[in-house]
Order: sequence, then structure tokens, then C-alpha cells
Amino acid sequence: MQPEALIEAAGLSAGYDGTPAISAVEFTLSAGQTLALLGPNGGGKTTLMRAVLGDLRPMAGTLRVGAACGTVPQTERSRLDYPVSALDVATMGTLSRLPWWRRPGHPEREAAARALARVGLEALAEETFGRLSGGQRQRVLIARALVQDAGVLLLDEPFSGLDRPSSEGLEALIAELAAEGRGVVIATHDLEQARGCDLVLCINKRQVACGRPDDVLGDVGVLEATYGGAIVEIPGGGGRAILPPHHHHH
Amino acid sequence: MQRALAEVVLVGAAGGALGCWVVFYGLSYAAESLAHSIFPGLVLAAIAGVPLLLGAGPAIVLAALAIALCARIAGVSREAAVAVVVTTMFGLGVLLALSPQSPPGVESLLFGDIFGVTDADLATAAALAALVAVALRLLHGRLLIAGFDRGTARSLGVSPAFADAALLVLLAAGIVVAVQGLGNLLVVAVFVGPAAAARRLSERMLSMMLLSAGLAVLAGIAGLYLSYYAGTAGGASVALAIVAVYLLSLPLGRLRGSLRQPAARAEATIA
Repeated sequence: MQPEALIEAAGLSAGYDGTPAISAVEFTLSAGQTLALLGPNGGGKTTLMRAVLGDLRPMAGTLRVGAACGTVPQTERSRLDYPVSALDVATMGTLSRLPWWRRPGHPEREAAARALARVGLEALAEETFGRLSGGQRQRVLIARALVQDAGVLLLDEPFSGLDRPSSEGLEALIAELAAEGRGVVIATHDLEQARGCDLVLCINKRQVACGRPDDVLGDVGVLEATYGGAIVEIPGGGGRAILPPHHHHH
Repeated sequence: MQRALAEVVLVGAAGGALGCWVVFYGLSYAAESLAHSIFPGLVLAAIAGVPLLLGAGPAIVLAALAIALCARIAGVSREAAVAVVVTTMFGLGVLLALSPQSPPGVESLLFGDIFGVTDADLATAAALAALVAVALRLLHGRLLIAGFDRGTARSLGVSPAFADAALLVLLAAGIVVAVQGLGNLLVVAVFVGPAAAARRLSERMLSMMLLSAGLAVLAGIAGLYLSYYAGTAGGASVALAIVAVYLLSLPLGRLRGSLRQPAARAEATIA
């Protein structure tokens, strides 16, 4: 039986003020699959995410999204001095289900607590969000997306700034969530991380390649077209790496 | 004195709670600017001999519209637009205040006349406090989401622009009412000082709002007593008491942080 397609893009262009920031994007993400989204800063990763979320309309081509999407942003973009607990943040995911005059009550906080337990953070539910480690904050935001009943999770560079154990723990969690039938899109710069996904989509203003990691990442031409010349061969058979990108966000 | 006490309790409770959002939405400068921009409205109301509210209301709407329009001109930042509109409005107010038609006692518009509040002023303040309480309760979840991370608010069903607008409307209403007691130049203190102090002492939004409202009321009462017994100006005494509360919160916040550290470290071992 064919697994259900959660996202289908064909000839997709999207952008701002009539100028496409990405074009010719073509991929299918099925239930249970993880997709690594590779590309330089300013290459259109965020634009594609926003199109999937429905923030941007396709300028050409088609985009079908068959499930609710939950975004997991980079946690350094949220305020770490904000007076909220991990449970408060997870509860934010319930608000869109409630009529406007209702505040999240006991059932909503229960649902949020279950989602925190699902990501392994029940012991830290009452901790202030800003006091958690980077990996724990990512998990809280994943819990918030789970509370939204998201069938598709969109993660924006979830591994940046994490140490190895946190990173591996998060990878394992993402794999579990996908195995439960969700689709997961991970924007990343990390080729190792991308290798662990089911699909890799390379974009740099337009789609460069999309396919299985071995096929896409084995082709130096694809990586050069995606990142320009910013690829280095790691001596001693360490494989290839992308030079650290300059961090600036749009 | 009783009326003045009731006024600082009402304005303090509403302003203190609302102030927490003002601080987190980075609206302190907007609060100060809106307060200054209603000066010409206050002077006109004083000249015409009508309640100050009738002058302040239209003036604040005019200022907000002018800021929105100026900010749309290419190359003009929002901050610059605010500065231009506010200095224009305030300058206009000063011109009116210095005109021969201007009644005596215009300085009470600048520095407040907390002991001169009437029963009608009190009723308005009570209505404002009720409005702010109801609105903040209804909007709490939305304000919390948009203030936490504007970028993903929309995917959670919240429009950040709506949250901004709702907050500015509440802020404008609060300023228009509080300005009678605290004056045009000092009213911003009640929206910024107690919230800034509470922020150092609390790590949950609801407790921060309650604490901020409590601190604002306490500082208001302390300022009134200072003014009454030391013969200092009412509005200025309240503003100074608010500043004192903030200064006190600095060492208290540090003490609180150092008490909390060992607990945080123990929890950090749960990876």
C-alpha cells in the first residue's frame, strides 16, 4: 500500500512582492518520511517553509499540503527572558482550537503536559523556558507542535548550537515522531544530519536536486551548485563539509 | 485625599498590569510618545472648559493615525515618524498653552493634579480598570503567543498585528485616563516602572502582572502620603515612588537569582 502523501509540490514558485525567491521546486513527502532541506542562507529554505505553512501563495505550479503543519523555530529567536514555563509554551499549541473568548483550561494544559511527556520533558514542565538547555527548548517547541496535532513538522535548523548528546537525542525523537506517521521537514546545514533523512532536497533560489541522500549527497556537482564553492573536503576520509555559513536571518 | 487614593489604586492596578505587556512588546517609547502627543488636546479642553477626556481622546487618535501615515513614507522609520509627530503635537500644545486664551493652571496638565480628581474622573478610572482587566483576560493567550515569538504566531492562529493594535488601543485608553492625575510628562512612569520592577522578581506572566499592579498601587499610595506630609507635588511624588520601587527591585532581583542558582543546576542534570 502506498503511504499517504502529506506534501506534494510540482513546479512550485513562491516569493515576495511578485519576485520568486524559489522556483521549480518538485517533491513529495509521504507519511513517515523525513526530508532534509539543504541550502545556503538566503537560498529560499524559509520561503519554502512559509509556502508549506500557507503564509505565501504559490506564484506558479502547485502545492498540496494534506495535514496540519506545526513549526519548530530556532529557539534563540524566541525570547529567553520571557516569563513562561515549558508547560505554558506547550499550551500555546491549543489556542487555535479554542473560540476567541476562551482561555486554555484544564483539558488544554493536560494535553500540553502529555505532549511534554512524549518528548521526555515531564520533569521540567514547570521550569522557566529560558532556563532550559538548547536541546530541551527544541523539545518544548516540538511538544507545542504535537499539541497542534500537526501531521507535518517543520523544523528550522534544530541542531544548531546543540552538543552531540542533545543532538543525537533529538535525532532519535524526530525518527520516532516520523515512525508514528508524521512527515518531518528539517532545514539544516549539517550534511551528516541530512544523510540520516529519507529524502534530501537541495535549493539555492531554485531546486538543485531532490532524492535519496546517497544519490544527492554523493554528487559533488549538486553540493557545489547548492552552496557555491563553500565546501571543504575533510582530510583523512572525513567526508565533505559545508563551511560555516554567516549567520544572519531574514 | 480619599479620591486621590482611589484614583492611584485604580490607575495603578490597570497601568501596572498593562505595563507588563508594554515592556515585553517594546512599547515603552510609544507609551511616552502617545502621552506627550495628547498635550494640545488637553490644553484645548482646558481653554474650552470641557472635561479633559474630550480633548485627550481625539488627540491620541490623531497622533496614532499621523504616526501610522508618516511611517508609510519610504525612508522614514517608525521611530522617526513617532519623534516627528510627537514633537509637532507637543509643540502645538505649548503654543496653545502660552496663548492669551489659555486659563491659569495649565502646568497641572503637564505635571498632574492628583488631589483635584473629581467623582467623574474616578468613575472613568474605574471603567478603565474594568475594561483593561476584561480585555487582558480575554487576550491573554494571544498576547502571550505574539510576544513570545512573532515569527511563528501566525501558525498558532494569532496575528501579531492584531496583538499590537489591541495593546496600543488599551494603552491609549489607559494614558488618557491616567494623565489627569499624573500629568502629561509623568504618566508613562506607571506603565513602565512597576512592570520593569516586577520583571526582575517574577518568572510567570500572571504573577508578574499581579506583582506589577500591586507595586504600582503601593508606590501610588506612598507617593500620595509623601506629597501630603512633605508638601511635594502629587504627580511627581508618585512618579518618584515608582522609580524608587524599580531601584529596590534591582538588588532584590539579584538576591533572588543567587538563591535560585543551586536549584537550577540540580535540574540541569536531567538532560
